[in-house]
Amino acid sequence: MWHFIFGNLTWAALPHEWFTIGGTAAMFLMAGAVVGWLTYARRWRWLWSEWLTSTDPKKIGVMYIIMASLMLFRGALDAAMIWLQQAMSVGASHGYLSADHFQQIFTAHGDIMVFFVTMGFLAGLLNIILPLQIGARDLAFPFLNSLGFWLYVAGAVFVNLFFVFGGEFAATGWLSLPPLSELAYSPGVGMDYWIWSLQISGLGSLIAGINFIVTILKMRAPGMTLMKMPMFVWSSLCSMVLVVSVFPILAVTIGLLWLDRFFGMHFFTSTGGGNPMMYVNLIWMWGHPEVYILVIPSFGIFSEVVSTFSQKKLFGYASQVAAAIGITLLAMLVWLHHFFTMGAGADVNAFFGIMTGVIAIPTGVQIFDWISTMYKGKIIFTQSLYWFLGFVATFTFGGVAGVLMSSPAADFQFHNSLFLVAHFHTMVIGGALFGIFSGLTYWFPKVTGFKLNERLGKTAFWFWLTGFFTAFVPLYILGFMGATRRLDHYTDPAWQPFFITAGIGLVIIAIGAAVQIAQLIVSIRQRRDNLDISGDPWNGRTLEWSTKSPPPFYNFAVIPEVKSRDAFWEMKQGGRPQPVYQDIELPKNTAMGIYVSAFVFLAGFGFVWHIIWLIVLGLGGAVTCVIIRALDEETEYTVTAAELASMENNHS
Amino acid sequence: MNEALPAIGFQRQERVAFGFWVYLMTDLISFAALFAAFSVLRGSTFGGPDGADLFNLPFVFAETMLLLVSSFTCGLAVLAAEQNKQPRALIWLAVTFLLGGGFLALELNEFSRLVAEGNGPQRSAFLSAFFALVGTHGLHIAVGLLWMAVVALVIWRRGLSSKNFSNLLRLGLFWHFLDIVWIFIFTIVYLMGVL
Repeated sequence: MWHFIFGNLTWAALPHEWFTIGGTAAMFLMAGAVVGWLTYARRWRWLWSEWLTSTDPKKIGVMYIIMASLMLFRGALDAAMIWLQQAMSVGASHGYLSADHFQQIFTAHGDIMVFFVTMGFLAGLLNIILPLQIGARDLAFPFLNSLGFWLYVAGAVFVNLFFVFGGEFAATGWLSLPPLSELAYSPGVGMDYWIWSLQISGLGSLIAGINFIVTILKMRAPGMTLMKMPMFVWSSLCSMVLVVSVFPILAVTIGLLWLDRFFGMHFFTSTGGGNPMMYVNLIWMWGHPEVYILVIPSFGIFSEVVSTFSQKKLFGYASQVAAAIGITLLAMLVWLHHFFTMGAGADVNAFFGIMTGVIAIPTGVQIFDWISTMYKGKIIFTQSLYWFLGFVATFTFGGVAGVLMSSPAADFQFHNSLFLVAHFHTMVIGGALFGIFSGLTYWFPKVTGFKLNERLGKTAFWFWLTGFFTAFVPLYILGFMGATRRLDHYTDPAWQPFFITAGIGLVIIAIGAAVQIAQLIVSIRQRRDNLDISGDPWNGRTLEWSTKSPPPFYNFAVIPEVKSRDAFWEMKQGGRPQPVYQDIELPKNTAMGIYVSAFVFLAGFGFVWHIIWLIVLGLGGAVTCVIIRALDEETEYTVTAAELASMENNHS
Repeated sequence: MNEALPAIGFQRQERVAFGFWVYLMTDLISFAALFAAFSVLRGSTFGGPDGADLFNLPFVFAETMLLLVSSFTCGLAVLAAEQNKQPRALIWLAVTFLLGGGFLALELNEFSRLVAEGNGPQRSAFLSAFFALVGTHGLHIAVGLLWMAVVALVIWRRGLSSKNFSNLLRLGLFWHFLDIVWIFIFTIVYLMGVL
């Protein structure tokens, strides 16, 4: 009877170790604080109807960014714990973490930073900026947008739920390679939490990918041909094409791993004829393009930022487009470089090695284009441009390390070493994350209506940049010295100073992050001094600056007519026509995305703990909700031309 | 549809249709990954039976015929709806539903026979891959049947509005798509397994 109701869930699964008790207490405290404030301020209805059920991409985007910031904090705590352990655990000392706990931490760190931080920030920026840049009022499928966000949230909850139920996360590394991740070697629920957090948030990413592609290809303002799209739109399109191309592979791969674990099948087991190496191939067919999914939109952000703050047209637009498409195609032809040592043979390794090296060419083209854009421009050194300049330094540095490793012969030496760890952190932090920071500071006034404090932003940048090199250059050196990745203990005392230096770097980065929080608070307090009245604080070139800051819920009262690449720049030169208002239709709010995700979450919980009735309830509920939503005939409302005119005239 | 659609409604339907095509392509990639897994593992019988021992081609041929004919009748339903002949469209949808249901029944029969003989998905990597690939297709068929029932019900109650018609068109796309995937399953799993 117990097993029927609770599956494998027992009292022993509840928190009883210091980190699960601490994590659970922290989560309850934070939730309690939020609930308390909402109740005290009587904001529940406001939260529900203005934000949670909203289908407005600007609001969904802001929710993505808040969620990603929270997860960044969580992932950074993991990083700090890893570093502390590695700084302490030498020779006779074994640090403060058990080997198993250490493994769980670096697994969670990797998954959180990729799936819930970087993907979250990107989804947020795309939601906010993309419709504005193409002159649209909404995404193609507002309900699916809401659903995608809530699936992302459900996945994020799964990554943290083990604190409360189960007490362990996967201890298998961020990609959970079998046979280690099979039931025989990872019998606990941590592995199942990993599967369902990725499966559910991956489904959200796939839905978002389809939505953005349709939006870009079908909803551009009249006159905006493909070759007149802003570079951020192009890079988003490339990134989303990669999403829809490879996320199905991820879903199948971890689906098969789940079949192995749940039904005792033999896809990747070491018995029964299973083939663990097939998993390694499949997961990297997703995993390598995923890296480009993260970084290509950042390239687009830099194109916007560099062009705006050089007050010049982007240099080599067509070559930038070609480079973005080239990277997209090459991204799918390099996955094997993650396991040159598997033994695929010299010919196969040579092919993938060359393909990997070739990626440096389109990336280099983009960097030269940006620098050429700055050449003879009237450059304004804002914080957004600082992040770009920092990116050029870090990304070139890490990119050259990557080209070094693309040679199979060299890779046999660097494989699985801290050199590799340093390389991909350089790409993801120095590439994707710096781009996100650049974009967040650049578009912040568009979203909120006031600018961020410049001085604190630049201070934060310098902390981040110096902290970054202090933290990761020692890892490159350690890699050369023979330190492998994922070490919870080492015997050579000569390594310790490097690990400690890396730890100091982390502290410097943390100061940078603290300055960013201070920057946000100070900017909010001083917002009246930094208001963006015109909607165009940077003398921008693209359509998002042609509407007010923050934009009205309908984005544009009149859909703009696009004649050239820098559409808004041209309008400013020519003067704008008198607006003629028409009735517009906008999507109503819906809570269905929340309901569907909640049911999917329940089903996932049932799968983790083998609670059959919960699985049936969750899946049945989700399907029922989708059908109810599909039968709803009235998902939109009309804003009449008269209402539009009065709103426009009141604001301006 | 004969009724003139307002421009906004038309744009929206076009968006939905395009989005559905993109979704179908993502689903095709899922199947491609499953086919790849099956191809890698088809020889890994681990001392158990292989395709030649297990598959009964006439039986699978019957399944195939049911599905192919159901694709044809689904097309007839769409054609009838296009000519605004609602009762005829509903009848063809019902026929399609029965044929699809028959296919699913045969497939479940095959699965239960295999499991009863001790050749379930746990037996070997080959059988794991077989059940996963064919089962995923079967799951899609089941979803398609549910969708078909809902579409038929809505058309019966609310008539052939442009929204319901475009819904029916997408169901048709989905159904033909599953048919194409089945052709590959029939060829790669069954024919190449036996011959």
